[in-house]
Amino acid sequence: MNIGILLKEGPYNHQASDTAYNFAEAAIRRGHTIDAIFLYNDGVLNVSKLMDPPQDDRNISTRWTAFSEKYGVKIYACVVASKRRSINEDVLMEGGVITGLGTFTDIATRNDRLVTFGD
Amino acid sequence: MDSVQDIKIKKIMHVLRHAPHGTIYTYEGLEMILIMATYDQDISVVFIGDGVYSLKKGQETSSIGIKGFARTFSALDGYDVEKLYVDQLSLEERGLTKDDLVVDVEVLSSENIGMLMKEQDVIIQH
Repeated sequence: MNIGILLKEGPYNHQASDTAYNFAEAAIRRGHTIDAIFLYNDGVLNVSKLMDPPQDDRNISTRWTAFSEKYGVKIYACVVASKRRSINEDVLMEGGVITGLGTFTDIATRNDRLVTFGD
Repeated sequence: MDSVQDIKIKKIMHVLRHAPHGTIYTYEGLEMILIMATYDQDISVVFIGDGVYSLKKGQETSSIGIKGFARTFSALDGYDVEKLYVDQLSLEERGLTKDDLVVDVEVLSSENIGMLMKEQDVIIQH
């Protein structure tokens, strides 16, 4: 099955980012295809390379970069939501792409499922 | 990536569940609806729970320093978004009726909304 993921919450404050990551990994292990991750609302904060959590904690943006490189899955952040939240090319992690909601419309319509994570 | 011309028309339902102010979910949801409407999709919008407050007449937001956007919902038909559904129980629980809303909507039972959801290709909750 081809799956698109919509992630609507920022890192650390909310579990949605971790759950989306775990879901994506598990789906791929089961033989499904993750087409893309699209970040909306505070979800766009996931692509900031400036995050620097304590060493014994996971680095969520680094983890998304590794996920993107391992599976060739792009992590898209909505440009309008990004601008509101100080996300631009200067702070963008590897594997992250700032794009418009047209990209999200593509992702939502071309896959078998769109799975949403967030409140 | 598919070009915009290659996008097939799909049935997409947006579900608004939060009060209009307090979080940005409804406002950014509305922004998404307006953009997706330009891609010729079959879009519907359903208001559930506190989401019904987004349509309440007489909202006055100047004292909280935030732009009001209730009027944008009544402009949605200009974007060919004409399928607006409101959950009857959510209205009743909040002491509201159809007459309290800024735009003409179809008030449906939870069961009927569930049936509509079953027909969709994509459901996006906000």
